[in-house]
Amino acid sequence: MEQIVMDRYDVIVVGAGHAGCEAALASARMGNKTMIFSINLEAIAMMPCNPSIGGTGKGHLVREIDALGGEMGVNIDKTFIQSRMLNTAKGPAVHSLRAQADKYQYHLEMKKTLERQKNLDMKQDEVVDLLTEEGRVCGVVTRTHCIYRSKAVILATGTFLRGKIFIGDSSFPGGPNGLAPSEELAENLRKHGMKLRRFKTGTPARALASTFHYDKMIRQDGDEKIVPFSFMNEHLEREQVPCWLTYTNEETHRVIRENFHRSALFGGEIEGVGPRYCPSIEDKVKRFADKKRHQLFVEPEGLDTEEMYIQGMSSSMPEDVQREFYHTIEGLEDIRITRAAYAIEYDCIDPQELKLNLEYRNIGGLFCAGQFNGSSGYEEAAAQGLMAGINASLEINGRKSFILDRSEAYIGVLIDDLVTKGTNEPYRIMTSRAEYRLVLRQDNADERLTEKGYALGLVSEERYQRYLSKKQEVEREISRLKNTSVTPSDASQYLEERGSSPLQNRVSLYDLLRRPEIDYDSLTEIDPERPQLSSHARDCVQVRIKYQGYITKQLQQIERFKKLEDKKLSPDLDYDGIRGLRLEAAQKLGRIRPLSVGQAARISGVSPADINVLLIYLEKQKRGGL
Amino acid sequence: MMKNTIAAISTPYGEGGVGIIRISGDNAEEILRKIFVPAVPGDPVNRRMTYGHIVDEEQNIVDEVLCVLMKKPKTYTAEDVVEINCHGGMVPLRKTLELVLRSGARAAERGEFTKRAFLNGRLDLTQAEAVMDLISAKTDRTYDVAVEQMEGILSRKIRMLRNMLLDVLVDLTVNIDYPDEDIEELTYRKLFTGLDSVRQQIQTLIDSADTGRILREGLKVAIIGKPNVGKSSLMNGLLRESRAIVTEIPGTTRDTIEESLSIRGIPVILTDTAGIRRTDDKIESIGIERSKASFNEADLVILVLDGSRELEQEDYDIMEHVNPSRTIVLINKSDLPQVLSASEISSALKGARTVSESMKDIEGLKALEDCIVSRVETDTSARRESILVTNARHRDLLEEGMRSLCDAIDAVLRKEPLEIIEIDVNSAYERLGEIIGEAVADDILNEVFSRFCLGK
Repeated sequence: MEQIVMDRYDVIVVGAGHAGCEAALASARMGNKTMIFSINLEAIAMMPCNPSIGGTGKGHLVREIDALGGEMGVNIDKTFIQSRMLNTAKGPAVHSLRAQADKYQYHLEMKKTLERQKNLDMKQDEVVDLLTEEGRVCGVVTRTHCIYRSKAVILATGTFLRGKIFIGDSSFPGGPNGLAPSEELAENLRKHGMKLRRFKTGTPARALASTFHYDKMIRQDGDEKIVPFSFMNEHLEREQVPCWLTYTNEETHRVIRENFHRSALFGGEIEGVGPRYCPSIEDKVKRFADKKRHQLFVEPEGLDTEEMYIQGMSSSMPEDVQREFYHTIEGLEDIRITRAAYAIEYDCIDPQELKLNLEYRNIGGLFCAGQFNGSSGYEEAAAQGLMAGINASLEINGRKSFILDRSEAYIGVLIDDLVTKGTNEPYRIMTSRAEYRLVLRQDNADERLTEKGYALGLVSEERYQRYLSKKQEVEREISRLKNTSVTPSDASQYLEERGSSPLQNRVSLYDLLRRPEIDYDSLTEIDPERPQLSSHARDCVQVRIKYQGYITKQLQQIERFKKLEDKKLSPDLDYDGIRGLRLEAAQKLGRIRPLSVGQAARISGVSPADINVLLIYLEKQKRGGL
Repeated sequence: MMKNTIAAISTPYGEGGVGIIRISGDNAEEILRKIFVPAVPGDPVNRRMTYGHIVDEEQNIVDEVLCVLMKKPKTYTAEDVVEINCHGGMVPLRKTLELVLRSGARAAERGEFTKRAFLNGRLDLTQAEAVMDLISAKTDRTYDVAVEQMEGILSRKIRMLRNMLLDVLVDLTVNIDYPDEDIEELTYRKLFTGLDSVRQQIQTLIDSADTGRILREGLKVAIIGKPNVGKSSLMNGLLRESRAIVTEIPGTTRDTIEESLSIRGIPVILTDTAGIRRTDDKIESIGIERSKASFNEADLVILVLDGSRELEQEDYDIMEHVNPSRTIVLINKSDLPQVLSASEISSALKGARTVSESMKDIEGLKALEDCIVSRVETDTSARRESILVTNARHRDLLEEGMRSLCDAIDAVLRKEPLEIIEIDVNSAYERLGEIIGEAVADDILNEVFSRFCLGK
């Protein structure tokens, strides 16, 4: 078959899911001629699983993507149908925003953004092979034998690669949501020397909204005061729709237990590894046999559809069993299922084969992002997509990689975890994965990242000015609070009402705010001169004052952390030749090739003694002793 | 939080005329200023040997020393270095080292001074090779020690405490990261209970460091009392030999005298102090300061009173300074007509035990010896299970862990948010892990997923 030579691009993105969209937009916005391929353009920014964005840790990622000039925050702000700030009973570091999306609108809005983006082309076609030249990628080949040349390629294939669907004892090749899988590309990637492995994930059934009994479920509404994801939005008003809470029961569990043998999961059909934090209902019933009930949420998939998503009930049971157990649940007795729950297995790469800039070690210019890297979740995918897009652009322009470390962003934690520690299951971000949680808050993502995004050319002038004015607002207000004091008599009633001890002397409002029982909003009672602050700024002021002691402590820890991060290791260091290094450590280091001593110390199998040996080796080298 | 200033006893273990403690790092000078009072007031001068005293937090004299501060870079490690020349013998050396560690240094690892010297560019390549061998050899040794400890009581105990903290961390993590799940809410009461029981057990371990020391280095017993009540006679009686000069002139014992002896198999370090009384005599007043210092650090104080005389102001002064639970009151001169009664003493010094003796009758010391022995036996049998901590690095880490845990408990009491509390719990967990050489890795998340049913 004759090959057709098509256009030439700077960057080609394979896959238009959450990773691919961010990658393509970042690349195009940084001025590169970019092409994005999707097997089906109706799959752009598709949400084949839950119809929501955000949650603990994930919400932080979305804020960071937004602060760097990515699209996810803006897009969900346009299309959410319910918004909630989670964890408000806890401290500000773990407040997490989550929004229910109208998944059809989410897709359409993202598609529109891609279509209108300067420097960006899109095409419905399946990429089946890579073109390489002297260890570097130089383009792709599509199913229709077209050749597109490029300087860099970003793989964001999600769950499409050799995708296989499992429903009970039926299994067949398939991508997510009934789309065709991608078979040839996986084979060809193997030919290029990539080692691929199998991961698995799953999704619950969808059913018609009119067939649920809402009086038997607990209604869950969105927040009255909507907090937007994007720093570009100060206020958002939106009519919101409710979600519904209900529980499984003994009967549900009986049906499931009696049919364990018919589950694809326990039948040994599935070779892929699934995530522990996203277990199927049969998994939950098996592993937590003494738990009497499991909760589930019924969530709308959009405003123009009757379909509801049954969160918490993913399964790979046969359809008759699915129908039987769903019907045992209060409120779900008569539901009519439109799409059965299924498990999907797919090919992905071991992320330890990647560098911190998400470039594949063995082929120059080839970047990888999203579920292909062994992660799970829309937000994790988008974060990697953005970083892969940025780094592909930097690489082809001969510029230094953009790497966020663990003290700068959840994005840094996510990528460092994947690349340095690797993962044996689809990886999900959690706030407890971050060592410096108090500093990596969602309210200050802009402070941490907007300037970096601006320097990269991703952050618009408008966003940058907004950030600067918020920063100024915060600084000004903090210094005003430090310089404004109240007398014991001014404050006595206010303090008494809050069970706070009375003052002996004049005290600044700043010091008063550091008392746990005092909050910024109520303090306005004895602070008549207070200026009107934006809500973003207000959050920052409160957190910075109340947790100042802990934040300072954490900043000191970060300083120490940075010392080892700043001790750089050459990517082509010969670890076998370093005397004193244990064999296991030398092998691990040789494979992962950490960029710093700090990164080396996080590799499992590298001991503190090995790190000492490395430090000594570095010093020797510095002094020209080698 | 790892301190970067290190300290160690750098002379060989065992008795010697002089012992040297070396401190290296950014805080070396600050620590010196904190614990050293020069005889001639003034700032420490770079590279000048200075005479003075090491004093602890309560301003008690620990030892009489010569100190030198050597500012970087021209020092062994190329960092600020302080060397303290103490009196030889393990007791003053360990006292001073412990004070240094409390003041902001951490115990140095084996070979760490040399390692720093190299990293800071002070050693040549051949020496560096030797250091590398030392460190890689150390890995093997540490491994042996680790295996040994794995079977030891200490690591079992530490592992148990870590598991208790892990329970708390798992609860914290699941409550923070899974707000929407159907899990039991974590109350401040539950947090407090969990943390406080670990705190108590760590405290017992830290205390055991003292008990361990008693068995290793001996029970420190100080004899005190106003002049001429028979302290030296008591000492001689216990030693069964005449060593100190015993006269009828008050104040002849002008310096403390330290003797090692064994009372029914228990090693005892006996200190005879200068009589404590109000005085203008310069030399004697130094002796009196010494006395106060030595009874402050004693495990047991024997307060000698003259049974033939009424209590005087000086006796009351002394009683004010001693800890009754660690005091045995010896009413001496029982051969003379008695005006002091045991009940009078016990009302003045609640909790102290009282023994009546005449020092003229050596056999009569038996009752006193019984008292001393029983004091050690109750002390050690109660703690026999926990006489574990003998290593300065372990103690150091335990104390750091303890501080974090106390911070966490304070935060619980103030009802701070969970993720704030988690910071200190986690660092206590890490410190305990360092004792047994276990890295943190992913054990918290592994536990979260094995204990809770989570996820959509």
